[in-house]
This record gives sequence, structure tokens and C-alpha cells, in this order.
Amino acid sequence: MRSNNIIGKIDIWLLIIYLALVTIGLLSIYAAAYNEAHPHIYDMSQSYGKQLLFIGVSLVVGFAILLIDAKFFNAFAYVFYGLSLVCLLLVLVIGSKISGSTSWIQLGPISFQPSEFAKFGTSLALAHYLGKLDTDITQFKSKLIAYGIVFVPMLLVLAQGDAGSASVFIIFLLVIYREGVGGKILIGGLSAATIFILSLCVSKWYMMIGLVVIYAFFLLLINRTKKNIMLVTAILIAACAFVFSVDFAFYHILKPHQQTRINIILGKEHDIKGVGYNLNQSMIAIGSGGFSGKGYLNGTMTKYNFVPEQHTDFIFCTIGEESGFIGCFFLIALYLALMLRIIHLAERQRSAFSRIYGYSIACIFFFHFAINIGMTIGLVPVIGIPLPFLSYGGSSLLMFSMMLFVFLKQDANRMNIL
Amino acid sequence: MIKNKINYSQRKYVIGSIFILVAIILLTKLFIIQIVDDSYKQSSDNNTLRYIIQYPSRGKIYDRNGKLLVYNDAIYDLMIIPSQAKDVDTASLCKLLNINNEIYNNYLKKARKYSYIAPSIFISQITKEEYGRIAEMLYHYPGFYFQTRSLRQYPLPIAAHTLGNIGEVTKPEMERDAYYKLGDYIGKSGIEKYYEKELRGKKGIKITVVDVHNREKERYMGGAYDTLPEPGKDIILGLDAELQAYGEYLMAGKTGSIVAIEPETGQILAMVTSPTYDPNVLVGRKRGMRYNELLKDPDKPLINRAISGTYPPGSTFKMINGLIALQSGVMTANTAYPCSGPNSAPIKCTHYHNSHVRLYDAIENSCNPYFWQAFNDMMNSRRFGSQKNAFKFWYDNVTSFGLGRTVNSDIPFTVSGNIPKMEYYDKVYRGNWNAMTIRSLSIGQGEILVTPLQLANVAAAIGNEGYFIEPHYIKCFSDPNDSVSFEKHIININKKHFKDVKKGMQSVFEGDHGTARMSVISGITVGGKTGTAENPHGLDHSIFMGFAPVDNPQIAIAVVVENAGFGSTWAAPIASLMIEKYIKGSVVRPDLEKRVLTPNANEK
Repeated sequence: MRSNNIIGKIDIWLLIIYLALVTIGLLSIYAAAYNEAHPHIYDMSQSYGKQLLFIGVSLVVGFAILLIDAKFFNAFAYVFYGLSLVCLLLVLVIGSKISGSTSWIQLGPISFQPSEFAKFGTSLALAHYLGKLDTDITQFKSKLIAYGIVFVPMLLVLAQGDAGSASVFIIFLLVIYREGVGGKILIGGLSAATIFILSLCVSKWYMMIGLVVIYAFFLLLINRTKKNIMLVTAILIAACAFVFSVDFAFYHILKPHQQTRINIILGKEHDIKGVGYNLNQSMIAIGSGGFSGKGYLNGTMTKYNFVPEQHTDFIFCTIGEESGFIGCFFLIALYLALMLRIIHLAERQRSAFSRIYGYSIACIFFFHFAINIGMTIGLVPVIGIPLPFLSYGGSSLLMFSMMLFVFLKQDANRMNIL
Repeated sequence: MIKNKINYSQRKYVIGSIFILVAIILLTKLFIIQIVDDSYKQSSDNNTLRYIIQYPSRGKIYDRNGKLLVYNDAIYDLMIIPSQAKDVDTASLCKLLNINNEIYNNYLKKARKYSYIAPSIFISQITKEEYGRIAEMLYHYPGFYFQTRSLRQYPLPIAAHTLGNIGEVTKPEMERDAYYKLGDYIGKSGIEKYYEKELRGKKGIKITVVDVHNREKERYMGGAYDTLPEPGKDIILGLDAELQAYGEYLMAGKTGSIVAIEPETGQILAMVTSPTYDPNVLVGRKRGMRYNELLKDPDKPLINRAISGTYPPGSTFKMINGLIALQSGVMTANTAYPCSGPNSAPIKCTHYHNSHVRLYDAIENSCNPYFWQAFNDMMNSRRFGSQKNAFKFWYDNVTSFGLGRTVNSDIPFTVSGNIPKMEYYDKVYRGNWNAMTIRSLSIGQGEILVTPLQLANVAAAIGNEGYFIEPHYIKCFSDPNDSVSFEKHIININKKHFKDVKKGMQSVFEGDHGTARMSVISGITVGGKTGTAENPHGLDHSIFMGFAPVDNPQIAIAVVVENAGFGSTWAAPIASLMIEKYIKGSVVRPDLEKRVLTPNANEK
């Protein structure tokens, strides 16, 4: 009886959006891998057949989550977090290498990516820690712990050589910002990113001149107290040091293929047959879709496997080519609705844990969505992260679904919290 | 904590705005590439892009003297894209293609089954003449176009088994290597199979814009996304085309094989298997049908007897036994054993000669009792401690000649033959066996089986006085940057012993009683050994192995003529003609040649 109660209280809009997204994903994978020899969408030898199975598994797991006590995830948040850290450490020891980075654990026929699980674990742990009544986020120690919860798994993922998946953890800064800290850090981070990109494009000496000009500008504008002048000068020195360290970081920390990808985005390299090939083919596929697309199953670019990894990270190409701008608009609107709905629901939670957790998953979905679509249309470097609910792949679909269903459960249970 | 919540809940608008802002940025960029910027689109909605695979020319194959063995001829495949082949005037197209409506529908069904959108071959291998006629009218039929391909051609009708052939890829082959698409060709046997990756080159792609009238309008984006095909590598074989052709000429009408090897390099100079077929037969549209015909032929011309036929080596094995006995130290080249001719026991002598023979005479006269006694002495020698140790010594040395195993080089599908192992005898005789039990080994009979290729290789190893290079087809790639190398095997037997054995083999030709004295070639020293392999299924096989010249041999050869009787009658003369042909360039013994060519070889 109780479970019926719970299911009746589920936010129906979120569920509809979720089902719409997985269905679009399945149909797109079918279109990307379409082959007349295997026309049945449930053909298990084909990627779309497997995706159908993954969707089924995700729904079963999702339903099971709805039946579990809502307090379970809050209570066991650290257990999940600890488990994900163990998996991340384990992958460094026994992981198998797939395309340049060691980020998969092979368990017989099943392979999964601990970094996917770590996003879930980190969301729970962060929500649990910040949501505790005795945590005062204004204290330095609390801030340190909150950032620590985010950066420890991030560094472990980075150690696997998977910079793409590691970058996802940056988005937790937005969650911490919502909870009252990090406004300055957010602005600082954005400025740092801007300086980073600019210093890759422009000679560092021009950068210095630019920074000094901005510095002079600030000196004119601000209240020239001794303290303010000192602060602005310190920022200038830090910014200059950063420009120099970017140079070092770019050539010494990033791997050559990552450097090339960034260079192509910045327009410094034209290599349409080498590394830039994916991107160009992907942009042609999407561009050729035009306003209304070529029609379902009628894409030509995608049929000839011109776009590599098309059913995984480049699934958006199929949508762009076959359903055109209209389809892309609809899909982006759907994602936006998903993320805004989660934020809206998060704000009505009585428990801080539920709210923070909601923000965490909204931000994770957002990061994946922005980076994945951005990379297929040449806005950001090609980072191999999947499009939530759409990309082919069991471990990512299951993790994204679990994240969402845990939130659905929290929301459905919100009235029971006093 | 409660306060914080109230203060900061306004930040949801900041976060929501970031989400919306990013979505707007994505949509703006999408708007630009999908609607504003034409460079990502095809020039008009009615135009389609056609991805034409540019097939590389497959590598050519030459013989050791630069004579062309395999080249390519242009041929055309009529392609179809079913999704574009709408509103086709079927009747007139059938007339143009010279097919009836039913065949047309069958082809269409097949193409649709492969893919509705991707191109597939509608009719393959249309000749140049037909192509000219059809291509002119093809613009009437949307969805159809031509693709150029090359067909293998063989200027000389020889070496079919060595060269191998190509055929359409099968489904498992496509699954193993994504390079291949339906209708592609792949090496199926011989050189074509082994060097498939080198010969095939790399496909390129030409992208063209095609209008509604099926006319190619322009290169898509000026050819920026095109890739050029990389031609396959040319291969130069160790094969001597003239020698090969001559060998096939000599073996015509007989069943058997000839293998000639250059001892210094291990390259195959000739590999004849008879009966054989003309490689040009397995080319073109009728390949499948003709292949089946060959497969059903009771003479089994598809079998390469040189690498997959196994025979008891008979007397040709005596040199190895002699070498091993010498190396074991139980005897020297001057040790003499008695022979009582047909009264010898346990093995009779089939030749008449004086008693008490030494190694040279024993080889010259092919004396069975000599080799039995030498083998028996070795097996019972105290220096090995036991007969099993002695057998192990024998086995290790025999296999060091490359016997009892497949060839590890570019010659595919070789068989291993058989050198019996100790475990085999332990099992058959329940551990209770001795030299007497296995006495047949001493004269190359019993369980021993070798292929003609292995036998030629043994001749090369003896000619080289103690080493051989793993036998192989290729000499080099035409590009000197691509090197090839094959393993060198050193045989652990003293060079001095080889010299003694070679002396005996020379007297097979030059001695008064030599079994091959009829086949002597003036001006060329030849070392060899005839053999007559007992065949339980019919007449004995005539076998020969040898090399020439005796010092620094240029050619090592093995000849097997099935069911032909004595080695001296057929195999030795054929080998001697081959040697003469190779070293002198021409044959000046018309009588011997004529005798070898008499058609009743199999009936003798």
C-alpha cells in the first residue's frame, strides 16, 4: 500500500521528460545503426536492441529505488561515496584501457566506468555533508571539506587519464555556490577560464599588456583605498602568473590528442582528415539537416559511418541530420525543461539533503548536455562524455537513471519530512 | 542554517539563467550551421552526395627476373542506391543491361536486403565494351552509377596454386575486418591470401554532388573530404617463371609435384603440382561456377600436392639417417657393413653390388642393409645409455631438418607430414619396442611421411652443408624499404659429415652403379638420391631429391611422380631436366625430354 502511495506522489512531468528522452535516444541509436538486415528494434545483436535492454534494466532499478525508504540514500551517502572512491582506486590497478585512458573495470561480460558511479556518490556525499544541521558553510573548515568531497574523486578520475570525465566534477562548484559560498570562486573560475583560452590564442606578452590595461581601468574605477589597491595589484600579479603557467600546463599536463582538439576548436589547426575529422563530419551531418532535417532513417552522412562513435558520444549528429533545427530545438527545450524542473522541485524540498542533491544532478545533467552538444557543433573541444539518457551505453544510462529516480523518490517523500 | 537557505534561494535564478543562457548559445550555433551557413549543406535539397569508393590498384606480382605474373585490368561494377532508384523505366533499363525483368527484380531485392540507403553492386564486372554502351545512357536512371574496379589477369597460365586467387569477401571475412564491404575482393589462397594486406592497398573516397538527373555535378567542397586510394605494394617472387612453366610442361599428364628451392635464400624457384589449372579460369563473373567444377574434378586439380601431399620418402631419407649415424659417432664414413643382397636380413637389398660397402657406395647403390646396420648400431650404442635416448637423438636431428612440422612462412596451408614420436611407439607397443621394431625408419619407410616441399628443403639443407632458410615464396617487395626476412635454421651436424654424404649423392649420378646415372648432365655436377616409396594403395611413387652444382648449389629440388614406379625412371630424369633448364637456361637433351613426356607415365 505504501508503495502505491509513493508512486502516486511522483512528479509526473519529470517522469514524462525522462521517458521522452530515453525513447528519443533509442530511436536515434536505431537510426544511427540502422541496417535493413536487422530491422527489428529488439534485435539483441545490434546496439539498439541492447539499448532497449538497458532501458528496461534502468526502469526496473528506478522502480526499485522508489520502493526503498527515502532516508536510505541520505543515511548511506558516505557508504556510496566511499564505495565509488574504492572503485576509482581499483580502476587504477585493474582497469582496462579503452581509447587512451584506463577508466573501465571489466567484470566478465560487463564493463562499467567507475567515474559514472563516482558522480552519483559525490552528489550524495556533498548533499549529506552540506545538509547536516551542524554544518556551517561559512566556516573555513566546512568549505574545505565540501571542496574536498568534490576534488578527491576528480583527481582520481584525472589520474586515470580521463580528463573529460574529470571535468564534470567542476560543475559541483555551482551546487556549492547555490548553498551560499563560492560566488567569488565562481567569478574567479570564469575569469581564469577566459584567461586560459585567451592565452592559448594570443601571445602571452599581449596578454600581459591587456591585463595591465584592465588593471589601470580598475584603479580608475574603484575606491582607491590602500586595501583595494593592494587587492587589485595582487590579482594582477596572480593573473600574470596564471598566463605563464597556462603555457606550461597546456604543453605538459594535457596529452597531445587533447592539445590538438583544443587547437582545432581555437582555429589554430586545420586538420580535417586527422583529429578534426570527427568534428568536421559531425558538423556537416548536423549542418546538412537544415531547418527540418532529412527525415527519420534518411540521414546519409550518418549511414556511411562518416561520423565515428555515432551512437555513443555523437548521437546528437543523427538528431541534427534527420530532424534538423526543429528537432534540435525541441530536444534542447526538453533538456532545459528537465533541468529547470529539477531546480524548481529542489527548491520546494523541506530537507536540505534533497535540495542539494537535486541541484547536484541538475548540474551534472547540465554539464553533460552542454559539453556533449557543444562538442558536436564545434563550441567546445571533443571531450568524450555521453549525452544523458540518449547516448548508447548501459553504465551511463543506468547511472543517470538512478540519479534521477533517487531524486524522484526524495521529492515524492518530501511531505513526510517534518 | 535556516537563514542561509532564505538568503541564498535567490541564487536559483542565477543558476537557471546559466542553464537558459547556455541553451541559447547552443541553439544559436545550431541556427548558424543548420540554417544560415550554406557551407555545411548540400547546394540544393534535390542534390544528394554520392560517396564513391576509389579502389586502389591491387599490387602486381612479378617473378624473380621481373617477368609479370599478375596484373590488373579495368572492369566496371554497376552500382545501385535503392532509395534513389525510384521512377526508373524498368523495361528500357533491362533492355540496356540485357537482362530480363525477373533477374532485374532479383538483383534489386538483393541490393535492398543489404541496405536501402548505402550503395551496393547491382551487376558486377561489366567489360569495357559494355561499359561504353551503358554509361552513355545511364543518366536516365537515377540511383545507378558505375564504379571502376580492377580484375586480376595472368599473362602466363602457370603457378595457379602459388599465386592463388581473389574472390568476393564472405560474411565472416567482413565481420573479421571492417575494411571490407559487400562485393569487395579478398585474397583467397596462395600469395594473394598471405599478402592480402600489402597487395590490397587502401581505399579512397570521392564525394560528389549529384543532381536529380543522376549527373555528377561537382566535387563536394572542392574535394576537401576526399581521400586518395593508396595503391597496393608490388611483390617480386623467388619464382622463375620459365622454370615453373617448364616443370608444368614436364608434369602434364602425370600426377605429382616438383619443388625447386634456391638453397642460399630458401626462395621457391618453382612449385609444380599436377594436375593443375590455368589461373585465368578463376577470374571474373564465372569464378564461382568454375571453382565448383574444379572442386568436383576427380583428379582434384585444386589440391596443391607440393605442400599437402604426404609420401613416405623411401630411399631419399637415407642421407638423413647416414648423417645422424655419423654425428652419433658410432661409425665413420669409412665404416664398411656387409650386404648379402636379396638374402640380407631383416631388410633385403634391392640392388646388386659388392659386399662390404662404405657410405659413398651405400648411397650410390641405395643399399638397405647398410643403413639398417648403421641405424641399429646407433640405437644400441652405449654412449646414449638407452635405446630411448638414442631414439630421442635421432628424432631431434630429423626434425631439425624441418620435417614433421608445417612451414612457418608465407606459404599457406602446408601440412606437417609425420615423424613418429617416442610416445607413439610407447603407446602402440606399450613401451616394449627396440631398434628392430622400428627398423623401417632406417630406410625411410614406416610411419615417416614428408611433403615434396619438405623433401626439397632437406635437399637444400644438405646442399648448404648444414643450414636452411625457412622456404618461402617472396623475394622482396618492389619498394626496397619493405624488407622481408625468414628464419635461418642451423642443423647440429658436423659440416664434415655433410661433405661425405654429398660425395655419395654425387656418385648417384656419376658412379658406375649410380641409380641416376642415366640422368647425368654434362658440365653440371649434380648430387641426388632416387627413391621408390612403397604405396599400399597402388603402384609405388617415383621420388627424387637433389641439388646442383654440388659445391655451392644454386638449386635444390624434389620430384614426386605418383604411381610411376622407380625413382630412377621418372623422378630423376625430370629433376635433371629441371636443373639443366635452370642452370643452363635451355635443355639440350631432347631424347630424355621426349622419354619423360611419353604419356603413359601413369600406366607404367
